[in-house]
Order: sequence, then structure tokens, then C-alpha cells
Amino acid sequence: MIVMEVRDLTKRFGGLVAVDHVTFQANEGEVLSIIGPNGAGKSTLFKLITSFLPRTAGRVIFQGEDITGLSAHLVARKGVVRTFQETTIFKEMSALENVVIAHHLRGRATSVGLFLNTRVARQDEAAFRDSADEILDYLGLSRVKQEEARHLPHGHLRALGIAIAMACDPKMLLLDEPFSGMNPEETDRMVEMVRGIRDRGVTILLVEHDMRAVMRLSDRIIVLNFGRKIADGTPREIQNDEAVIEAYIGREDDELGI
Amino acid sequence: MSLRVAAALVGLALHLVVVPFVFRESRYLLGVLTTASVLSLISLGVWLTFAIGRINIGQAAFALVGGYTTAILSVKLGVSFWLCLPASGLAAALVGAVIGWPILRLKGVYFAMITLTLSEAARLAALNGGTITQGATGILNIPLPGEVTVAGVVLVPAFRALNVHLAFYYLAAILLVLGLFTVTRIASCRLGWIFRSLRQDEALAASIGVNVAKYRVLAFALGCFFAGIAGAFFTVSQQSIYPSSFGVPDSVYFMLYCFLGGLSYVSGPVVGAFVLFLGFELLHGLREYQMLTYAAIMITVMLWLPNGLLSLRLPARPDMKADTA
Repeated sequence: MIVMEVRDLTKRFGGLVAVDHVTFQANEGEVLSIIGPNGAGKSTLFKLITSFLPRTAGRVIFQGEDITGLSAHLVARKGVVRTFQETTIFKEMSALENVVIAHHLRGRATSVGLFLNTRVARQDEAAFRDSADEILDYLGLSRVKQEEARHLPHGHLRALGIAIAMACDPKMLLLDEPFSGMNPEETDRMVEMVRGIRDRGVTILLVEHDMRAVMRLSDRIIVLNFGRKIADGTPREIQNDEAVIEAYIGREDDELGI
Repeated sequence: MSLRVAAALVGLALHLVVVPFVFRESRYLLGVLTTASVLSLISLGVWLTFAIGRINIGQAAFALVGGYTTAILSVKLGVSFWLCLPASGLAAALVGAVIGWPILRLKGVYFAMITLTLSEAARLAALNGGTITQGATGILNIPLPGEVTVAGVVLVPAFRALNVHLAFYYLAAILLVLGLFTVTRIASCRLGWIFRSLRQDEALAASIGVNVAKYRVLAFALGCFFAGIAGAFFTVSQQSIYPSSFGVPDSVYFMLYCFLGGLSYVSGPVVGAFVLFLGFELLHGLREYQMLTYAAIMITVMLWLPNGLLSLRLPARPDMKADTA
């Protein structure tokens, strides 16, 4: 079943077309990766889908509903949640506080209710704490939950970023280079983590440079080059695609892991 | 009972009972303490914008809005001060929300600069307000607060029937206690967490579904509410208001009180305002060297205690950690 449909999504920065009429569909419960050489428009595409950048043209349909041009927080409300690269966490909160605050969307109390600490506000608070504990536990962070987030090591920061996104109870999770700078051991752990999230029924859209991880994880891959989609298929199809090989040649020959 | 609660109660007792009793006949000291209390209140408003990561040098503009609201309502329409006071807060909050909506998109030095120009713009608006603000003449002869009676019972007697200075001290002290309580409560509930999340990373906050625009306007408008209340207070206690009653230097002071008291603590602006304002008054004897000495002390504090005066005694549990700049 198609969960998200992207139609002719386009972004122009002055004369530069960063994303050029990109069209694709994401099926429910799959891991769909977006790859491409540097500057291919992957991150821009990501930001367009989540409304972190205004689009020039095109549509994004999520679960049959047009979400193009909604504010970023409303896109999150619909269940489309993105992560950021490693340094984007609430640095001065503990790991636990990071995940508790990320339950914001589930809050039922109004601002006044929060101020007055009504029963609903207290119930929310307790529920968020339990849920945060569970998520941290699931992602192997329970030992460091009281640590101030900025003191956490690299691998934990990545996991924390995902924990924050998980707290929003996403239907679709967009992961922004979750493997960059990881050693093979950390990569393995992250691959398992992402698989686990997919198995919970969350559709995953992945922007990533680490080809090994992409090939292991993806159900389907989309390849961008100069803002255009040049290929769309299973990992095996992509590895043998003429246009893809051409796009990558001249950089590192082994970048595709073939 | 925790140490904090005990400290708060001792402070409250000092503030509301001991000080007014000891200084009840000393007009000068009572006046200084009254002013320090209201300066604390207005700086608490600035602190709220620090909480969302914005340096606000526009607080004087909203104090003027509050002040003129009280002046116009009480002089031209004969409205009781006790209605003017909340009306002034609301008027300032409303103006703050309308102006804040567009300008809060800016950050850092850009936001600081535009709020600085607000302080000046408000002065010019008052100066050119025609018959409404009475231009440079200002609005004079603003009546003292009258009595409040409910079903024949006098709750608050008319100020002119009392020791006026003591009456204003009590009003200021009570307003400060209410303001401090409100801000403490905000900082400790999840609303405070949301504000902190905005300060630390607005993009991440939006990604978890926080309506960034709404909450930063809320924080800013609340801060303006405090300015409006304080503006109303000064207007009625001085029984007059002029376009120059609150200006750019005042806005800078309010911001400095927060900085020097300690941005990490709710009580930071209160400590900052009391220490700095009382300090300035104590240096009165130095006459022409007063400002120079004061400036030197301020710079020293900034250099030695970059996290504010409170970092001396309260390293344990900051209410909000500071990294605004």
C-alpha cells in the first residue's frame, strides 16, 4: 500500500535547480533509501517533504492527504517525523528530558493547564516519563538517561536523535545520514535498530552515504543526480543500473560496494 | 520542607513584613526598594524572552504602552487604577503579540537590534501622539489609586488616606511576589521545557511538533505583560508619564539586570535588579564619580561572574541553563 506519494517536487535556489521534478512513492512498512553523489539534492528533498524548506513546485501526499506547504510542526502532527544529523538534540537537557519533551504531540493539557498543573497535565507527564523510559530502554540508552545530552558519545547521540523521533509516534520516519562517522560495530547496531523500528510498522525514508548499510537495509532505493531522479528500484537493480554507475564513476569506484 | 522553599519563605517575610516595618518612616529607602521591586518585575519579563533564546532590548516600549494605557484610561475616562493595572498589562501583551509575531523570526543580534529600535519607536510614537498622548507635555495629574470595596467592605483603602510611600511599597512588593511566582511556575512546568527547547534548537522543536511561532509569541507577550504592569505602576506612583519616561537606556538596564543576576535562574533578574539598583543608590555619595564607579563594578562582575551573581551561591540546580548569546 502506498503511504506517501511525492509528485514533481521541485526546488529552485535562484538559477540552481536543487530538486528537479522528483516523483516517487513510498510503500507502507518499507525502508526506502535516497542516495546520490554529494550535492545531488538528497537533503533538500528531505527538507521539502517535511516542510523545513518551502517548495517551488510539486505535491506531497501522505496517506491520501495533501500535506504540501503545511508548517513543519503540522507535518510532524500528521506522523511524518524527521531526524537530524548528530549534533541536533537538546544539548542542555538530560537524555531522558530530551525524550520526555519529544512527547509534546501527545500532550492533552493546554498552556494554562500546564501552568496550573491540572490532573490532565500530571497524567500526561507521568505517561511521557514511562514511555520515554521504554523508548530509551529499547534503544539501549537507559544507562545514560540522566546524563546531560551534550556529554554523550557519538553513537549514543545518534540513538538519542532516533529516540526523540520515536517519541513522536511517527508513521513515517525520515533519517538523515544516521550512519555517517560510525565504525562498523556501531553501524551494525544502528542497522538492527532501524530494522526494529520498521518491524514496528514505521515506514522509513533514509538519506545515507554509507552504501554498505544502504544495501543491507533498503527494500528500495531512489538515486538522485543533479536534482533529478535517475533510478528507482531494489538494491540489486540499482547496483546494475547503467545510469547509476555512470553517475558515481569518477568519484570512488568502490563507493557502491560492488 | 526543601531549602528552596524555606529560602523563599524567609525572603517573603523580609519583603512583606520586616522591611516595611523597619523602613516605614523612611521615604527615601522605601522609595528605592519600591523602585527596585518594580524593576525586578519588569526584568522578569525580559528574562522570559531570554528563556526562548532572544535578547530583548525593547521592554521600555511595552512599559510605555502600559503607562499610557493607565494614564489615558484614568485621566480621560476616569477608570479606576485597579482596572487600569490589568488593562495595561493586557494592552502591552496584545501589542507585544502583534509586533512579536513577525520580529520573533529573527534571532541573535538581529532580534536584539530590532527590539532596541522598538524602544525608540515607542518614544517617538508617544511624542507624536497628538491629543491622545499629549506629546512632549505628557499626561499629568494622574490620580492615586482609589479604594476597593466589595459589598461595602473596604479591601484596599484609597492611597491618599494612607502613608502613600508605604502603600506603594506594598503594592510593588505584592506585584513582585506574584510575578516571581508566575515565572517560577512557568519555568518548572512543561511550558518552561518547551521554552527551553526553543532556545536550544527551534528546528528540532518543530520536528517534534512544537508550534514554534505560537510558543515564542506566548513567551514574548507574557514578558510584555510584565512591562505593561510595571509601566502602569510607575505612571501612577509618579502621577505622570512622558514619552521619555521609559527609553533605550532603561531597556538596556532591564537586560543587564538579567545578565548580571544570572540568566540560569528565575530569581536572577530580581537579584540583578536589587543589587545593581541599590548599588547605584549607595554610590550616590561619590557624586560625579558615581557612574564611573558603577560602570567599573558592572564590568568586573561581567568578567568575574559571566554566569551572573547567583552562580556564586547556587551552582546546584539552575532553572534554565544559559547559552543565549
